[in-house]
Amino acid sequence: MSVLVFAEHDNAELKVATLNVVTAAAQLDADIHVVVTGQDCASVADAAAKVAGVAKVLVADDAAYGHRLAENVAPLIAQLAPGYSHVLAAHNTSGKNIMPRAAALLDVAQVSDIIEVVSADTFVRPIYAGNAFATVQATDAIKFVTVRTTAFEAAAAEGGSATVEAISGPGDAGLSSFDGAALSSSERPELISAGIVISGGRGMQSGDNFHMLEEIADLLGAAVGASRAAVDAGYVPNEYQVGQTGKIVAPELYIAVGISGAIQHLAGMKDSKVIVAINKDEEAPIFQVADYGIVGDLFTLLPELKAELEKSA
Amino acid sequence: MKVLVAVKRVIDAYVKVRVKADQTGVETTNVKMSMNPFDEIGVEEAIRLREAGTASEVVAVSLGIERCQETIRTALAMGADRGILVQTDVELQPLAVAKLLKAVVDAEAPDLVILGKQAIDDDSNQTGQMLAALLGWAQGTFTSKLVIENGSARCTREVDGGLETVTLKMPIVMTTDLRLNEPRYASLPNIMKAKKKPIDVKTPEELGVDVTPRLVVHKVVEPPKRQAGVKVANVAELVAKLRDEAGVI
Repeated sequence: MSVLVFAEHDNAELKVATLNVVTAAAQLDADIHVVVTGQDCASVADAAAKVAGVAKVLVADDAAYGHRLAENVAPLIAQLAPGYSHVLAAHNTSGKNIMPRAAALLDVAQVSDIIEVVSADTFVRPIYAGNAFATVQATDAIKFVTVRTTAFEAAAAEGGSATVEAISGPGDAGLSSFDGAALSSSERPELISAGIVISGGRGMQSGDNFHMLEEIADLLGAAVGASRAAVDAGYVPNEYQVGQTGKIVAPELYIAVGISGAIQHLAGMKDSKVIVAINKDEEAPIFQVADYGIVGDLFTLLPELKAELEKSA
Repeated sequence: MKVLVAVKRVIDAYVKVRVKADQTGVETTNVKMSMNPFDEIGVEEAIRLREAGTASEVVAVSLGIERCQETIRTALAMGADRGILVQTDVELQPLAVAKLLKAVVDAEAPDLVILGKQAIDDDSNQTGQMLAALLGWAQGTFTSKLVIENGSARCTREVDGGLETVTLKMPIVMTTDLRLNEPRYASLPNIMKAKKKPIDVKTPEELGVDVTPRLVVHKVVEPPKRQAGVKVANVAELVAKLRDEAGVI
């Protein structure tokens, strides 16, 4: 039995999310193959071959796969899948986009966003913004599964020595083309894998005020996130959003500033190890999940926090 | 151009969801139900396309029990022209919904099908992508901006790193993200008018679709509860606790 893991990458680097998925795959007690779909992505294939536990890396290097358009990549995954018991991907925007399309091409149901592997066909997944956990058994011959990366430790990036095999797929389906991307180019760690996250909500009052969070983030080596309210208000771009329909994070430390704590936001961060809440409303629901809370005006408290961290730095 | 928009009846986003004691699911008796918020965004986008003259007709489709008619009425009150209900008491999973929608699309021949990127009940984020696969159409998932011109659609998509733009050959399946638009509220006169708009009712059998669930839910339980911690008096105490007690900085 072998498991196919869909690699998340940008043609240059293998994303950490793939390492989390490899750990989930390892719990299925099978050979792990990783498929890298991209263009000029040899460095990604080399990185995937070094991941501990990976037996084989399949590389489809083709202009049609350069931007991982679902219309082109899904038929390739569907072509490979019948040789495997499971196909796994991260439940991130790339996996969410491609996996259901590939599954439907094979008339296979998908189990999304798993947080636990119970057995080879049974998984636990959160539903209703994490307010319930469902144990779900997949009955199709091939299991298509997307994985909540924060629920599985990253596999070691070094230690493996997988074989690398070039493959080709159906190529360009002629349905879609990539025009461009506006991606945030921050020196800070990625939100979904950062050890510390500091997030701002509506209480920040403007996008300009987020610089106060950024200064503290830089002192802590943290990523900056936001609530949906702050994104909808235009304070920060969509990629900052933490919550049920944004990014799911589970850092060692999550600092929520001016965030009231709607269930949709809590769904994205309540698995953090330590939660700090800074809010002027002592009744705010965020305090019900926070390990440490301070009631007060964030415009007073943030400069104090910065000064205190600088003192101890 | 005809637009088909799928609308799902879900537990209202502001209701606190409770797990049933027998672990078979969540409590839905006497619970407020609403249209999935991402589908409201879908209906709004469809209506705006008609108002702009790009679309000629907006058809709202729902699938499930008889009371899903209420969700269709909401779409009609917002401005959709007519409704289709595929009625069944079987629990519908994403692949079955995609197959039923494909059958409706085959009959209705729209140029654009809009779905929410996910439903806030089972949070699967699958149906639009599956429908696009079954139709062999392009998919504009997680779209925050849609421009249709010269037989193609430009979708700006919300992705993990930021935004990306793709050009898709029409017809397409599009799924909505939060920043696509702000849905309108239905006015009272429009709610009254919506009562007279037609809703066509079909069954999975009539559409020739097998909707047998492929995923078996064994149990649904409450997640572990997180305990509230302590309030600290000032920033110095906070930093000391994070450093010495929690050891996270």
